[in-house]
Amino acid sequence: MESKNTSRREFLTASLIASAGVAGCGNKHNAFTPDSEVIPSGEKVKLLSVDGEVIEVDRAFLKPIPDLPVISNSEERKGIAGKKFVMVIDLSRCKNLKKCQEACNHMHFVQPGQSWIKVHSMQDAEHSAPYWQPTTCMHCDEPPCVKVCPVDATFKRQDGIVAIDSDRCIGCRFCMAACPYSTRVFNWETPILPDEVAKQHYSCETSVPQKRGTVGKCDFCPDMVRKGALPHCVSACPNGVFMFGDMNEDSVTNGAETFRFSDLIKDKSGYRLMEDLGTRPSVYYLPPVNRNFPYESGLENQKPNDREQH
Amino acid sequence: MNSISIANTGSVSNEQITRDLLPSKFGKRGWIWISVLVLLCLIGAFAYYRQLAYGLVVTNMRDYVSWGIYISNFVFFVAISLVGSLITAVFRLTNAKWATPLTRIAEIIAVSAIVFASLIIIVDMGRPERMLYLFTYGRIQSPIIWDVIVIGTYFVISLLLLYLPLLPDFKILINSKGPAILKKLYRFQGSFWKGTIEQIKISEKAINILCIAIIPVAFSIHTVTSWLFATTYRPGWDSTNFGAYFISGAFLVGSGGVVIAMYVFRKYYHLEKYLTEMHFEKMGRVVVLLSLLYLYFNINEYMVPAFKMKKPEQAHLEALFTGEFAIIFWFAIVVGMIIPIIILLFKKGRRPLPMFIAGIMIVAGAWFKRYIIVTPTLLHPFLPMSDVPVSYHHYFPSWEEWAIAIGSLSGALLVITFFARIYPIIPIQETITERHENNEEQ
Repeated sequence: MESKNTSRREFLTASLIASAGVAGCGNKHNAFTPDSEVIPSGEKVKLLSVDGEVIEVDRAFLKPIPDLPVISNSEERKGIAGKKFVMVIDLSRCKNLKKCQEACNHMHFVQPGQSWIKVHSMQDAEHSAPYWQPTTCMHCDEPPCVKVCPVDATFKRQDGIVAIDSDRCIGCRFCMAACPYSTRVFNWETPILPDEVAKQHYSCETSVPQKRGTVGKCDFCPDMVRKGALPHCVSACPNGVFMFGDMNEDSVTNGAETFRFSDLIKDKSGYRLMEDLGTRPSVYYLPPVNRNFPYESGLENQKPNDREQH
Repeated sequence: MNSISIANTGSVSNEQITRDLLPSKFGKRGWIWISVLVLLCLIGAFAYYRQLAYGLVVTNMRDYVSWGIYISNFVFFVAISLVGSLITAVFRLTNAKWATPLTRIAEIIAVSAIVFASLIIIVDMGRPERMLYLFTYGRIQSPIIWDVIVIGTYFVISLLLLYLPLLPDFKILINSKGPAILKKLYRFQGSFWKGTIEQIKISEKAINILCIAIIPVAFSIHTVTSWLFATTYRPGWDSTNFGAYFISGAFLVGSGGVVIAMYVFRKYYHLEKYLTEMHFEKMGRVVVLLSLLYLYFNINEYMVPAFKMKKPEQAHLEALFTGEFAIIFWFAIVVGMIIPIIILLFKKGRRPLPMFIAGIMIVAGAWFKRYIIVTPTLLHPFLPMSDVPVSYHHYFPSWEEWAIAIGSLSGALLVITFFARIYPIIPIQETITERHENNEEQ
């Protein structure tokens, strides 16, 4: 008993140091728990601790940990400190290529037939000009979905992101009824996923793997932001329609160009969808003026059954 | 009318009343009825097994119509359960003594409906095994949590209002002839009841308190249920009128249900002396008042937005008035309200058989009315329905959904049927006491 405890403590210390920078992890599937007893090999390895000390650890304790939750559920629920994410969608640049949708569906393993990003053909009035309008989750500051969720499965983070915890969701779909932007999808059946994806722990930041009987939607890809990269839709769009950034830094970028957010919204008369509902979205739109492409160029990509309705 | 019932009572002895009202064995028709209901329940259970195995994909709900007949069936059950509070509590507190023989019928309808409302909401969940999260992670600002709280409370009060008035009857039941197993049940449930003055006093007091308590709770259950819709932005749901609209409709469908039950029990158990034409006549007046009230709220609910025709409302209202849902919409209005009003306005219409027919119209109309409230709204979102399969643009329930909905309705009827087999459906002791009082007055 004594030796077992010692070995466990040693292991814990070792792996804590070995994975320095890791904030923590879920309590149930503790990645630091050893699968089996480790027999020290006698061969020591030098490592740098978080405090900057050089320490020695037995090589036998150094194991790659498969499926380590990068950050804990409580961290995921809090969000990234000091950030306030914002997106600007420039309607004058969109020609319904749907590369955003493809990339998003691919990276999040969204199920066939469903998409988190939709590109709507819009025409506001009989004689007004039609245009293409991509919609993501609006990540509202007054999110109707979060208000109605009975179990805190969908929540608002300090960085402005509205995310979903699929391990918490009970599948009541009240959030879907509450969302005026119809942005949410439901996993009606067991999602078809590659084995290695299905085995992963669910992360609120990647929204992967989706689970049967729970709700899914656009998550603004905070996992990409943590890596210093842009959300998949932003980098996938060849026309630079999507601009993503931080309100606190007052800048947004589509990868190729970077703008001061406040100037961009002022100069191009940015607006938000359904402002009158008071949901206060984090997604801004630039009106479809001085367009790069005629509306008609996007028609070939439209689904046949979307043509009739407006 | 009162004089007729008093005249009747003089000739009936206590023993006769007891003999007439004691629960009796099922006859041939009874067993056929039960077999059909059990079969329907089993089909529903099999459909639910399929849903558990494959997921909610076996339904025809999809991302736009994310709530279907499970939810409209839930609203229907919650609605019909409200009648317990109306007949037991409101009538008792307003001294409407004539309704005494109806209280137990109303209360068992309430209890079984509320049980199946809870079951059907679990059926609708994508993750039923996480149901307890409602308690462990519950957030009080969600109307679903409010619903859980008030429905739970309503269930407990209704059960007590069913049980307490049964206590004096247990004494009679224990002393009557019947299967040993039922005797055991009666003794377990009510052998402590001796009928002393003190016990009667406590029981009376408890019933009075419960009758007062149940009224705000009853209003809450259906108001909160209406808020599941009214707290969203969607056309057809975004209404400040929804609570009152739902409650008036609930009292109507519940009263329709009681009328049907009255007719069936009266016929089957030969209760003509106890459920008299007077009871139908008076219930008829109640039902016609409630129909008019509900019609009024419907006019309010549809006329005002139709007058303005705001853009998001327009597609929705057109689908109801003349489009995809016109047949069901007008069925619910005409068959569920207008025709019953016409029938019941006439004295001849308030006789048992026409009342029974009107009751069926009201209940059927009310079921489809709930469908009309839930589904069409979801098919008219603010943004167009783009980039989804064609099947997402329409909704017609799958056989599994029908089977589960019908199974739940059958289950509720089965509970009522077995209740009537085990317990007297008309309170025996109360009937005897009231007739004595009447005789003394005479």
